[in-house]
Amino acid sequence: MSTGETKEARRDARNTWLLSAPALIILTLAAAGPLLIMLVYSFLEPGKYGNVVWEFSTGAWVSTVLTRDIFDGTYHLADAHLTIFWRSVKLSLITTIFTFIVGFPTAWFIATRSARARTALLFLITIPFWTNLLIRTFAINQIIRNEGMLNTFLLYLGVIDEPILIIYSDFAVFLGMTYVYLPLMVLPLFAAIDRFDMRLIEAAYDLYASRLQVLRRVILPIVKPGIIAGSILVFIPALGAYVTPRILGGGRNMMIGNFIELQFGQGRNWPLGAALSVLLLMIVAIALMFYVRAANRDAPHG
Amino acid sequence: MPADAVIEARAARKVFRTGQQTVVALNDVSIAIRKGEFFTLLGPSGCGKTTLLRLIAGFETPSSGQILLNGNDITDAPPNLRPVNTVFQSYALFPHLTVRQNVGFGLQMQGVAASEITDKVKRALSLVRLEDLADRKPQQLSGGQQQRVALARALAPSPEVLLLDEPLSALDLKLRKEMQSELKRLQHELGITFIFVTHDQEEALTMSDRIGVMSKGSLLQIGAPREIYNHPVNRFVADFIGETNLIPAEVRNAKATIVRNVSIPVDPASPEGAHTLAVRPEHVRIVPVSGDVPLTAKVGESVYFGTDSHIQLLLADGTEIIARHQNEATGGEVPPPGTEVGVAFAPGAVQVLED
Amino acid sequence: MARRDFSASRIPGFATVAILVFCALYAPIVILVAYSFNVGDSIAIWEGFSFRWYPIAWNNEQVREVTMRSLTVATIAALIATTVATLAALGTTRRRKTRGQTFIYLMINQPLMVPEIVTAVALLIFFASIKVATGYQGLAYLIAAHTAFCIPFAYLPIRARLEGMDTTLETAAADLYATHWQTFRFVTLPLLMPGIIAGLMLAFVTSLDDVVITLFVKSAGQDTLPTYMLAKIRRSVSAEVNAISTLLLLLTVVLLTAFFLLTRKRE
Repeated sequence: MSTGETKEARRDARNTWLLSAPALIILTLAAAGPLLIMLVYSFLEPGKYGNVVWEFSTGAWVSTVLTRDIFDGTYHLADAHLTIFWRSVKLSLITTIFTFIVGFPTAWFIATRSARARTALLFLITIPFWTNLLIRTFAINQIIRNEGMLNTFLLYLGVIDEPILIIYSDFAVFLGMTYVYLPLMVLPLFAAIDRFDMRLIEAAYDLYASRLQVLRRVILPIVKPGIIAGSILVFIPALGAYVTPRILGGGRNMMIGNFIELQFGQGRNWPLGAALSVLLLMIVAIALMFYVRAANRDAPHG
Repeated sequence: MPADAVIEARAARKVFRTGQQTVVALNDVSIAIRKGEFFTLLGPSGCGKTTLLRLIAGFETPSSGQILLNGNDITDAPPNLRPVNTVFQSYALFPHLTVRQNVGFGLQMQGVAASEITDKVKRALSLVRLEDLADRKPQQLSGGQQQRVALARALAPSPEVLLLDEPLSALDLKLRKEMQSELKRLQHELGITFIFVTHDQEEALTMSDRIGVMSKGSLLQIGAPREIYNHPVNRFVADFIGETNLIPAEVRNAKATIVRNVSIPVDPASPEGAHTLAVRPEHVRIVPVSGDVPLTAKVGESVYFGTDSHIQLLLADGTEIIARHQNEATGGEVPPPGTEVGVAFAPGAVQVLED
Repeated sequence: MARRDFSASRIPGFATVAILVFCALYAPIVILVAYSFNVGDSIAIWEGFSFRWYPIAWNNEQVREVTMRSLTVATIAALIATTVATLAALGTTRRRKTRGQTFIYLMINQPLMVPEIVTAVALLIFFASIKVATGYQGLAYLIAAHTAFCIPFAYLPIRARLEGMDTTLETAAADLYATHWQTFRFVTLPLLMPGIIAGLMLAFVTSLDDVVITLFVKSAGQDTLPTYMLAKIRRSVSAEVNAISTLLLLLTVVLLTAFFLLTRKRE
């Protein structure tokens, strides 16, 4: 390489940094940097009225899974915490699976329309994706609450004598999360199906495959990257959900997000809140790593 | 330096590096292009002709060597300071500007007064006969019209040299023929030096004053179309330009021995030793077998092309020669396959190639 | 019965599911909007059409205050985020790939990967110490936080537009005597404009919608429209919230339609 080109490459790299600097500074100050401070806080003692006392302690980390008996000082598994973790993971998984079950036919349907219809249907999927999550959750809340439309209608029909309790349950949270995160599943699935060559199906039928075999042996393996992407896009925000469980789950059916908030409110245990946040972040990082590996494995070689 | 050279490249070399690999796109090319000529760089894709053009335009800097304009070194001058304009292969018309604004762009950047821009744009548009479409956007034009806008845009600032990078390759055959004569007319009228890049040998032969044939980053031959066609310096040039019979032969004492004991006279200045002879198909004559004709062949397949036929001739040692045979209304029958015929070459048609 | 052509891509039942999904996606929103025009306060029983909730919402001093705050924060955050995202996009596209670029790309997209609640907690901790140290309690914290998470939303459409741009156009400009700055000013920037406006709108919508980070970052008395609505939903149900939601929905749909038209490929 000539010296001219080396100089050019160096100038290129310098410009990259200079032009990106303002964005990086803002992101460091108001997004990435504070994550490190949070990590530090997870190793401090909680202050009496919130905030922290600057003393090193692993107490917060221990108490994420263990509780100390106030009488004999022995440690037990913190059942309340584990219940919340388990509920979060379980609800997120069920939501992911269910959004896939209804999202796949929807994405398939969109991808097999004419170009015009496709654009319109995609737009219809995109609108809810960009509309306020709070409003969408609120819409579900209004329908399923005791004095809401569903119960009023069923009472009017005489199917039930008194309102059925749907809201403030795990089911309501699942319903709400499926509703709000569905577009996140449909969009990547659509992208994958859109690239799928429909002639492969004809080829499979030609080679004696049944309809189910075509789906299982040809379609699903090929659109797998889309399935993985959609699952990650639904699972991660579901696991960290705050608004949906708060509006539909009530006070008792907490998920990790609400439990974290509690530590900064009534709980007055900032280190525990910080530790729980770091824990959540680690789970997300693992999920993302799994995704990157799966995506690289499925990427065409060469 | 030749006194009339407008553009000169001196040992221009360009090396590209992609990852671990280095590619020599241009291997010490020296060339002088004369003022006012229509010069064509001809060669297959990847031969370095576009790289040379980009060095002249200033889009690339040579790894070593120099580029001169009117005797001044412009090797490191940025493209916006060179009085050289390019007609791009993809036209590169600005989609957000009208035809008029596209054509006026160069003048505007040079800070030319508005009234003068209006005049010059009008003149450039009339030159390519597009006055009526001045307020359209490029997307609203056909391929041929876009091509003419690109031409007008490059001509409007009155450059000293116009560079054309395969400008006709995206057009269909009929439009291409039209544009070829249009370009020739413009070049004649304006007297601007044109440097034209193409891989189409026919285009090069019909349009150029001189042609430079390139292969693998090197300039193989420079000359007028007739010279290049009739006297190719090597096997590559002979093969790339037009159709050619390549016949292995042993050259000694102004005679080339083709098959056992059969030799034909060649230019006494030809190099001696084992070489390749080049003969154009139209210079191969099929004659009756007689004692005067030392070379005989057996007729093979023939392919009909309308105005003429290509007849395959097999020499005694299996070497294949193609003869072009005019299909005249009167006579000129193609001999049937298997016939023994005599083969003669037109005087001066046999060329001994260096390699 | 009409005979149907064999179609490989048709899978029985899929169309039904898809249509049900589209209905389920829109029914709750449609109902929410419909009941903003209900005469009564009920969210179940239709008592007649009226516009009365809109003036009620409009005349609510608090609603006006939080709306103004939301719009202020969203406008400033979107403008800053789009400006820095445009610069970053110019710095990271159409260049030789370097290690630094991967890092920058990860940093910019970081807010999309980290759960909102985690960022919210981290910002609460960080800003709390700044608030104590400086005593400043103003809107700057909210604006800074919103700007940061808006950056990836502004960056993505701008980057996409840049990557789809034909670099020969800039080469052509240089060939036609344009300096670096003139090339940027007369060719790159006008061609990039639809991407920048799209980025601006996405950033604006994203900021306007945010609940979680705002909830943790805001100082006392700094409610935005979403956090105000969240509090209101928990306390009682009133069709006033439906009216506010409807207006917010309308704004989003208008912006998104504009975004769609801007980014649509030209025929």
